[in-house]
This record gives sequence, structure tokens and C-alpha cells, in this order.
Amino acid sequence: MLWLVVAYLGSLVVMFTAAFWRVDSFTGALIRVPTDDNFRALVEQSVYRRVALRSLGVAAVVTVVDALLALPMAVYMAKVASPRLRNLLVAAVLTPLWASYLVKGYAWRTMLSGDGVLNWALEPLGLKGPGFGLPATTLTLAYLWLPFMVLPIYAGLDRIPDSLLEAAGDLGATAGRTFRTVVLPLVFPALVAGSIFTFSLSLGDYIMVKIVGGRSQLFANIIYDNIGVANNLPFAAAAAFFPVVVIVLYLTLVRRTGALDNL
Amino acid sequence: MTLSRRARLALRLVMWLGLAVIYVPLLVVLINSFNSSRTFGWPPQGFTWRWWQATANNDGVRRALVTSVIVGLAATGIALLLGTMLAFAVARYRFFGRDVVSFLVILPIALPGIVTGIALNAAFTAGGFPFGYLTVVVGHATFCIVVVYNNVLARLRRTGTSLEEASMDLGANTFRTFALVTFPQLRSALLAGALLAFALSFDEIVVTTFTTSPGLQTLPIWIFGNLFRPNQAPVVNVVAAALIVASIIPIWAAQRLSSESSGGRL
Repeated sequence: MLWLVVAYLGSLVVMFTAAFWRVDSFTGALIRVPTDDNFRALVEQSVYRRVALRSLGVAAVVTVVDALLALPMAVYMAKVASPRLRNLLVAAVLTPLWASYLVKGYAWRTMLSGDGVLNWALEPLGLKGPGFGLPATTLTLAYLWLPFMVLPIYAGLDRIPDSLLEAAGDLGATAGRTFRTVVLPLVFPALVAGSIFTFSLSLGDYIMVKIVGGRSQLFANIIYDNIGVANNLPFAAAAAFFPVVVIVLYLTLVRRTGALDNL
Repeated sequence: MTLSRRARLALRLVMWLGLAVIYVPLLVVLINSFNSSRTFGWPPQGFTWRWWQATANNDGVRRALVTSVIVGLAATGIALLLGTMLAFAVARYRFFGRDVVSFLVILPIALPGIVTGIALNAAFTAGGFPFGYLTVVVGHATFCIVVVYNNVLARLRRTGTSLEEASMDLGANTFRTFALVTFPQLRSALLAGALLAFALSFDEIVVTTFTTSPGLQTLPIWIFGNLFRPNQAPVVNVVAAALIVASIIPIWAAQRLSSESSGGRL
């Protein structure tokens, strides 16, 4: 019991205190005197603001792409497929979750590379793949987190009884209208639950952008580089506030939809 | 839902397209591991086992694999012990701050790995712990506990206490009751939790990056370190392919477990 409190909460506290320290620029030693230099630099320098906005943008696009893909897939799984096929499909969507995260990134690297599969497949159509960069990163992240969106939505749809949909149909609603006025409001909390995963996972990622992002950077890279390369732990700790604050804000925002019960 | 045929067809199309997108990249890695071209241009040039042999004899890969297995087993062991105890405490007793505990346990998977990573890094640095096996295992255990806890808690809530009470009424002491009644009820939940915990630990890179020493490499760290070196490309590709094949094992095991009517929970 105490383990968690000590190891985890303790570290969080240390990190947040460390955010107020600074590093001596000559010796590289930690100076443990409270200062708000790190936060001031984060807010005032436009580089950080730009990267922060870019990361939010990527996370948002990933979430929207996944929602648009996952919704029809989940509808098909829950309401169209036969029960036997349904189980198979759930397994098929779940399976890649066991495959390694890095391996999936690597797979997209080979897909997207100059003489990779994507360019080869698109060549007859006179098109070229996106190459390495921000679009490639968005694509790979969307790929990685797709199952996290499909499964909650599927579970949410599965809970809607068919009789409800038939009732809507009997009352004269078309399929489109039934979907808009009955299915969508009911499944919305599940959709938001999925978006928590896709959004926060994308926001904290720095590895995929290194693998397929070419030279572009996301916010988590700032945190990573300050620990690894610059050896500036206080600044990294201060920067880590950003994703934490955003995610906590997002969680409190969506709490009212009841999404947290759908996790 | 009464859908038109066109709508059904469209939905089916998206479904299969989605599945194709999910599986094609993984298949490409598998096929490429037999590609005789060093640069892995597509389409493949010819078939060879050479890279698989080279990988099997690669010292770096072997060492990293052993490290990963040791860390995974240790973290899973700790998680089994603490996760189970925690689940018992939350499910069976009322105490001050119970809801807080159940929320806290979820934090390590709710927050991004990089936050957990630097939090632990800051704590170990401040506490003067040398980075190495111990710090990596502690880092992995923080999120492994969650999955064991979730699995055991779900099972405890479902089974209730009546069987244990019956056993005590029949004269068994606490230990005997645990060994003969409680543990058998929990076994498949513990297995599912352990499986998930090991898989998570085996695959983890972010927390590991921040808690390991330069000389200590788990398999994901090794892959990431060699991903950008062109002359290591064939070996990295084979390791990736091997991991894809290996990921079938837990799926098969999960199937077996769920036929035992448990089903894993993340």
C-alpha cells in the first residue's frame, strides 16, 4: 500500500518541486532555491508556445481521425455483424494491442520510407506518400491509438438495445435520423472516453515523432531533450506541467458527460 | 437498426478497410524480415534466412532480451503481491481514504509515460539512488500494479465473501481458507493480470528511458537505439518481426483464460 504512495506520489511531488529549481549554467549543478524562471521561459518564449499549440493540434487531429474511423467500425461490429463474426472482429481489433508499440512505429517507418510500400502502392496512381514529417506522425499516432477508440464505442453501442432502434424506426425515423437523435447521444460518453485515451496518449508521445516525424518536434520532445541532452531536470519538470494541466482540464471538462464511467 | 443496403455495404467496407490498415504494416515487417535486400526496398528482392540467423547470434539483442525478461518477471512479481493486497484492502475493508486509493492506483496509466518517467527520475536523482535494475523494476511496477489490481478487484467484487465465510464456519482457519477457497477463485484473474503486466513491462520504453543506466538496455531501448543505424536495419527488422510473432502467445493464452470464464481487464 505505502509503496504506491511513496514511490509514485513522492516522485510527483519531487518533480513539481524540482520545477522551481534551476541549473547553474556553468557547472550544471542543481540549485535548489525556489524560482519561477522555468515557467517564465515556457510562457514567454514563442518557440514553446508554437510547439505546445502544434502538439495540441496533432492530438486533436488524431482524436478526430480515430473517432471518424472508429464510429462506423464499431457500428458495424455491434449492430450489423452476426454474433459470431462480432466476436472475431473484437478479437481482431484487440490483437494489435499486444504487438509492441515500437514495432508498430517501426512498421510505419518502413511503410512510409522513400522506397517503402506506400510510395510503391501509390505510384501507379501518380501519387506520393507523405514521407516523414508531421502528417506521418499524425497518421502513425492515429494508427496506434485506434483500438483505444473502437473498443469503448463498441461497448457503448452494445449496451443500446436493438428495440430502441426499432422503436425509432417504427416511429418513422430514417436510419440517418435514428443515428443522429438516438444512437449518437447515447454513445457520446463512450466516444469521449475513447478520446481521453487518444488525446492524452498523443500529447505525451515523443517517440513516434522521432521515428516518423523527420525533423519536427512535439511538446514531449522538449521534456525529453531537457533531461537527456541538456541535462536540465528542473526545466523538464516545469515543461511536464503542460500535458498534466491540459489532461486534468480535459478530464474535468468531460466529467459531466459521464465519460469516466465508460473507461 | 434498419439500414439500407448501401449503408450496410459502406459500413462493411470501412470495417474491412480499417482491419486492413491495422494489419498490413505488421505483415510488411514480417515479409521484410526475409527480404534479401539490405535496404528493404519494396517489393522484396528475394527470400533469405540470413537476417534471422544474424539476429540469433547478435550479442546486443540477446543481452537486451535477457534484461527485459528479468525486469518483466520482477515487476510482475511485485505487482502481483502489492496489486492483490491493494485489491483486497479496497474490496473487503472500509477505511479512511479508500476512494482516494482507488483513484491513485489509476494515475500511473492515466498520466503520460513521460510524466511518470521524469517524476521517477527526479525522485531517484534527489534520493541518490543509482540507476540500474532496481530503478527500472520500480518504474515498471508502478504501472504493472494497476492491471493486477483491476483484475483482482473485479474478481473479488464478483465472487463476494459467502464462500469464505462458509469455509470459516466449517472450521478452516484463515490460511487454509485462503489456500483452498480464496486463491482458487482468484487464480485466473491473477494469471490474466500477470500476463498483462508482463506484456506491458516487456513493451515499455518511456519510463525505462528515464530510470535506466546507460549500460542497461531492455529490448525496446535496444530497438530504439538501433532504429536509426542503417547497418543494423536487418537485425532491427527481424527483432520487430519476432516480436509480432511472439505477440500471438498472450492472445492465445488470453483465449484460454477467457474460456475459463474470466477475461482480462486493462
